[in-house]
Amino acid sequence: MVIKILGSGCANCHKLEELARKAVEELGIDATFEKVTEYPEIMAFGIMSTPGLVVDDSVKMSGRVPTYEQVKRLIAEAR
Amino acid sequence: MDVFAPLQWIADRITYDLVGLSPESKAGSALDFFLYDVPKVLLLLAVVIFAVAIIRSFFPPERTRKMLSHSRLYAGNVAAALLGIVTPFCSCSAVPLFIGFVESGVPLGVTFSFLVASPMINEVAIILLFGLFGWKIAALYVVSGLFIAITSGIIIGKLGLESWVEEYVYQIRMGDAGELPEQTWPERFTYARGYVAEIVGKVWPYVVVGIGIGAVMHGYIPDDFLVQYAGPNNPFAVPIAVLIGVPLYSNAAGVIPLVSVLTEKGMAMGTVLAFMMAVVGLSLPEAIILRKVLKPKLIAVYFGINAIGIVAIGYLFNAVLH
Repeated sequence: MVIKILGSGCANCHKLEELARKAVEELGIDATFEKVTEYPEIMAFGIMSTPGLVVDDSVKMSGRVPTYEQVKRLIAEAR
Repeated sequence: MDVFAPLQWIADRITYDLVGLSPESKAGSALDFFLYDVPKVLLLLAVVIFAVAIIRSFFPPERTRKMLSHSRLYAGNVAAALLGIVTPFCSCSAVPLFIGFVESGVPLGVTFSFLVASPMINEVAIILLFGLFGWKIAALYVVSGLFIAITSGIIIGKLGLESWVEEYVYQIRMGDAGELPEQTWPERFTYARGYVAEIVGKVWPYVVVGIGIGAVMHGYIPDDFLVQYAGPNNPFAVPIAVLIGVPLYSNAAGVIPLVSVLTEKGMAMGTVLAFMMAVVGLSLPEAIILRKVLKPKLIAVYFGINAIGIVAIGYLFNAVLH
């Protein structure tokens, strides 16, 4: 599984990445993380507000930092 | 009935009975003011930000963009300014928002109406104005903010400054995220709670310090102290207030309690409104962020038109509000 964190490096993006890493660990999923920080690339995913969470090239969420439970559910569903 | 009467009662009891200060003393008046205003403002903030967050969860920027794409001058500007109030916006996402708007065919002038309205008419400013000045001033602030956003967008649209946008913006093609699932109500509530914690957590020290300074002035400075400097008869008060407001960005929460006391001491209302608008609407950090997509000339035009509008509103209300 490839998890991408979209965002130009703001505090919220770091928070989201932390949550996603924790979720992956708890779910026991083998995932690699990528940070997408350039705007043209971020926008190629079709979102306008950061942070964004992309799992295997499908956008799961954008514009807010979800709770840990939400992140876990989004990642578990994508498995 | 005043819903805040219980807070006043508690503040009175603490100040006059517990601490034992006299209502006529300067210290008593200052402490009572502080103990009443701090919980009142924080309570107002928490309640209204929660409501605003729920409303905003229905207006993700992707939806706003769809609503505005291919809109026209005038009608588009009005819609953009109004949507600017409800669409969640922080200066960190100003750039993707701008690119997304331009890419989907939102006219430049309409995009600017959004960019002006969104930070200027923000919920923290409205709530504090409502709590400390009453609904009339808060409404006046919203209407003037909308007016500035709509007109400056129309002017920028008429000037045809599309070539003053960085060229690469026009080359970006946005992908399609597909329909993101609509948030559920529990998710909206969780989001709103988190948003309240985030905003109140960020602004409370400013509120406390702002009200603290305000309380001291309330108690110790004579009532007409500022009339000669910042009253309606000093023609330089408005532009100076706007200049002072620019570097105070994002400190609306600390600034408003302070200006509420400044008005009490004789600062004219139009000057107060212009100052407030400059604090939240003319932000240097945002200008620096927008430099990524706008050429310096366009940033100057955007700032210039905004500043002129704010100063004009200040003079107008100084003339009509007495």
